Amino acid sequence: MNVFWILLLPLAGILLPVLFARFGRTVSAWLTALMPALALGILLQHATEVFSGEVSVFSIPWVPLLGLNLSLHLDGLAFLFCLLILGIGLLIILYARYYLSESDNMALFYAYLLFFMSAMLGVVLSANLLQLWLFWELTSISSFLLISFWWHKSEARKGARMALTVTGAGGLALLGALLMIGHVAGTYELREILAMGDVLRNSEHYPVILTLFLLGAFTKSAQFPFQFWLPHAMAAPTPVSAYLHSATMVKAGVFLLARFYPVLADTEAWFVAVSLTGMATMLLGAYIALFKHDLKGLLAYSTVSHLGLITLLFGLGTRLAAVAAVFHIINHAVFKASLFMAAGIIDHESGTRDMRKLNGLWKYMPYTATLAMVAASSMAGVPLLNGFLSKEMLFTETLNQSTLGALSWWIPLLTTAGGAFAVAYSLRFMHDVFFNGEPIDLPKTPHEPPRYMRVPVEVLVVVCLLVGIFPHFMVGDLLAAASAAVLQADLPVFSLAIWHGFNFPLLMSALAVLGGLTLYINRRHLFGFQMQFADRDAKYMFEEQVQKLIARVTTLHKWLDNGSLQRSMFLLILLALVVSAAPLFDLLDAIGTHPQLPINWVVGFCAGLMVAATFVTLWWSHLRLVALIALSVVGLIVSIAFAYFSAPDLALTQLSVEVVTILLFLLALFFLPQKSPVIDSNLTTIVRDFSVAALFGSVIGTICYAMLTRPLDSISDYFVANSKSGGGGTNVVNVILVDFRGFDTLGEITVLGIAALGIYKLLAQILLYMPSADNKGYRWSKERHPFLLAVVSQSLLPLALLVSAYIFLRGHNMPGGGFIAGLITAIALIQQYVAHGVVWMKERMPINYLGLIASGLFIATLSGLGSWAFGRNFLTTWFDHYHLPLVGEFELASAMVFDFGVYLTVIGATLLILANLGKLTTSERLKAGDD
Amino acid sequence: MEFTFAMSVGVLTTAGIYLMLRAQTFPVILGLTLLSYAVNLFLFASGRLTVNGAAIVGHSQAYADPLPQALVLTAIVIGFAMTAFVLILAIRARSDLGNDHVDGRELPPERSAMEDALANRIEKNQARQNRSRKKPANHQQAQQNNVKRKPT
Repeated sequence: MNVFWILLLPLAGILLPVLFARFGRTVSAWLTALMPALALGILLQHATEVFSGEVSVFSIPWVPLLGLNLSLHLDGLAFLFCLLILGIGLLIILYARYYLSESDNMALFYAYLLFFMSAMLGVVLSANLLQLWLFWELTSISSFLLISFWWHKSEARKGARMALTVTGAGGLALLGALLMIGHVAGTYELREILAMGDVLRNSEHYPVILTLFLLGAFTKSAQFPFQFWLPHAMAAPTPVSAYLHSATMVKAGVFLLARFYPVLADTEAWFVAVSLTGMATMLLGAYIALFKHDLKGLLAYSTVSHLGLITLLFGLGTRLAAVAAVFHIINHAVFKASLFMAAGIIDHESGTRDMRKLNGLWKYMPYTATLAMVAASSMAGVPLLNGFLSKEMLFTETLNQSTLGALSWWIPLLTTAGGAFAVAYSLRFMHDVFFNGEPIDLPKTPHEPPRYMRVPVEVLVVVCLLVGIFPHFMVGDLLAAASAAVLQADLPVFSLAIWHGFNFPLLMSALAVLGGLTLYINRRHLFGFQMQFADRDAKYMFEEQVQKLIARVTTLHKWLDNGSLQRSMFLLILLALVVSAAPLFDLLDAIGTHPQLPINWVVGFCAGLMVAATFVTLWWSHLRLVALIALSVVGLIVSIAFAYFSAPDLALTQLSVEVVTILLFLLALFFLPQKSPVIDSNLTTIVRDFSVAALFGSVIGTICYAMLTRPLDSISDYFVANSKSGGGGTNVVNVILVDFRGFDTLGEITVLGIAALGIYKLLAQILLYMPSADNKGYRWSKERHPFLLAVVSQSLLPLALLVSAYIFLRGHNMPGGGFIAGLITAIALIQQYVAHGVVWMKERMPINYLGLIASGLFIATLSGLGSWAFGRNFLTTWFDHYHLPLVGEFELASAMVFDFGVYLTVIGATLLILANLGKLTTSERLKAGDD
Repeated sequence: MEFTFAMSVGVLTTAGIYLMLRAQTFPVILGLTLLSYAVNLFLFASGRLTVNGAAIVGHSQAYADPLPQALVLTAIVIGFAMTAFVLILAIRARSDLGNDHVDGRELPPERSAMEDALANRIEKNQARQNRSRKKPANHQQAQQNNVKRKPT
């Protein structure tokens, strides 16, 4: 449980600075520090237990089916990172109190900072891969917010976008890797996966996993060729740079390398990829750092270089190299955070970060200068400081490896060269800024910073010294525990002494220092050499690429969708044609083995009639009435087809829907232009469209034929077998609708209700063209409601209602049911509307159709909920048989209540649509404010 | 039999697609209706063709597959709702845009003399309604003015 609090407290702390912002900056800072300090306290309580090798695990199952659990673990590595995140985080909070000016929104800054801190703690504590990835992405997002904190600056926005794009893309790659690891290992729990290294390394997916994994780690840790985003993220306020871009976030990538070291390392591919990337990054970063005039730019590239160094160590393939990598993670975080803070102080007190202007600051701020120089010496690897120890371990390990086979001697050579550049840029930081003449037109007169702004730097520099002088006492246990967690095996023997005697590594150190001195003394020549190259800013290159991409996508989008629905429809159909036709080429033969039915002349005649009617609809679509009559012929034959091929329910439904549809079309004819302007009489268009349509039709026909002539393996046997015993009805189609798949039906009648409501809204406040004559000039008939129709329909009404009641009641056992009965009732009522008019109907049947739809849905839902009262699942039906004198035996089923809801909804929806459309021409039509 | 059925589905699809590619709303809706016939028949065909085998327990030996039938039944009803919606949408588009082009282009409205007269009448009615609505608005303003005049 305690481990959980380490993560939860800073997360809860996000609210504190925002809530208490009005109590002033100092109170705000103290309150912000409260939660991380508590978390740090809890963490330190675990120290003895972690150092003795125990792992605290905390887990809550969340979505066990997906392997997604809330799991946390605290082992040596997680402990080390938590210590860095919380410890340096607290110093940063203190530092930011003095760094941010009055005009900055400090509460927001602190909230972002704690958000980032929680995300970072989540990454290092997560014991579940998916959860780890979630926090990983949160670090990207929170760092985006922090980099763009001064969002009024263009470079801050550009830098933040670049960082988010690069690390976000890497995050996607990482997700791919983690999902594949989970797939291969069969679990997403990290503790289990750590023991399954062999399974993963021998998996056929290993190359893909490794590539995606390294992409994720390298983008986050700014490794070559993704190093370009980190220097531009320096547009952030300096506390952010000190925290995210030196101590924590960029370390997330190397953390990942460390975390998965026992799982993915120990293969040739890992060693070569990781060591070469690390080496390239280290050299490139160190070289560029020397030429940066911006103080933070120098530190940024030196960070890139040191991250490369750590990566290189993880790629060297000896166990001691991994120990050295962990050690350097600690050391780099300590000295680089203090250097960034020192750079921030210099910037804050002198107004610039340009090293061409900053000279001779020793006179103005001797105390800060001393602190900065100690930290910079540690960066250079000067003895008695922590940087020296890990650099010495690096040199030792470069001599003990054989990563590149016969060419392995390149590595110590190049590492020494990198070391020389590190010495050179550290010298430049010290000498250029604090000595080297007088300052050149600084915006402010530099002076020492406020007392407490220096405290964080002091603390970190003291740590540098203490670790450098008493390494074993200071970090021995921590390093042992963290390294053991990285290796997941027996710890190699290592010695943290300052003096190992005169040996090769010491010689390499000496060479590096000498080389660095030489480089720095001859810097003018070097700068002249570097000037010959064109200066390219990654920020603009990246922005240019992004803009190009956006322009291309916009062009593509404009080409695909130029605003014409007709054209979009054509393209969609073309795509559907290609997609559905392609698989047919693989089919050997359209005809299958399923026995076919013999054809008879009735079917042939009907099919011929339907084809003819279809073409009439197509050909005379501009003669609207002819087209409609032909369309209704097609619909009738479709319902006959359903009846013939053993689907009586479908036939009944199709028949009644057909009537309603044609009635609706007839009503609509009145409101649509009687004579359309001929827009697309272009013969080319017609031929093109018809060809595509014919191709599509033939493809669909072929698929249909291929399907019909192949044997059927259906799941319906279950429905047939259980229809009577489980659903209490013999009409399987109806039982499926109201029982087996009742939930689907509930959704479908809801859709029906929604469509009717949409139509209701569309018809309100409509401005109509209401011609009082047809296009030939004939006036409409004066006799609006023919007497004969009125009399006949009135006497038919009770009969129709009786039929619909009969169809409804028998629906469970014989063809029929709520849908069909509802449609029949609706047709009977519409007929009354046609025969008598809206006013007459309104007087006799003042029914609110909206209410009818609502009550139908309500009844259907309620009948489903009813089964909960008996401890059953939603929409479970109940039925029993009863006997009444005169009536005989009959069955009652709860499905009937559900079917009644369907019945009401269908009536309501159908009448709402037709009656409101019919009312448009009358005084009863929907008016503004009716809804 | 299967061939005839498949051919009919193909023909319905062809006509449906062709009409859906037209520029006026009415043919498009006709096409949509034809296409939904085709789709329903196609879905129905996934249960294969059976004669004299209605899926009613105890009525026959070889049952037709009831599952596609149940699916198609709701599809027919929803298809009706969709057709109705598109039809009303076309009416609304015509009344708002003055023409029946599917792209909703602002073409010059095609009106008969009768329609012109009618539209004029509707405009007049609306103008009258607006005038009658303004009155209370004026009243409110007067009230506000009164309020302003009061010393605060």
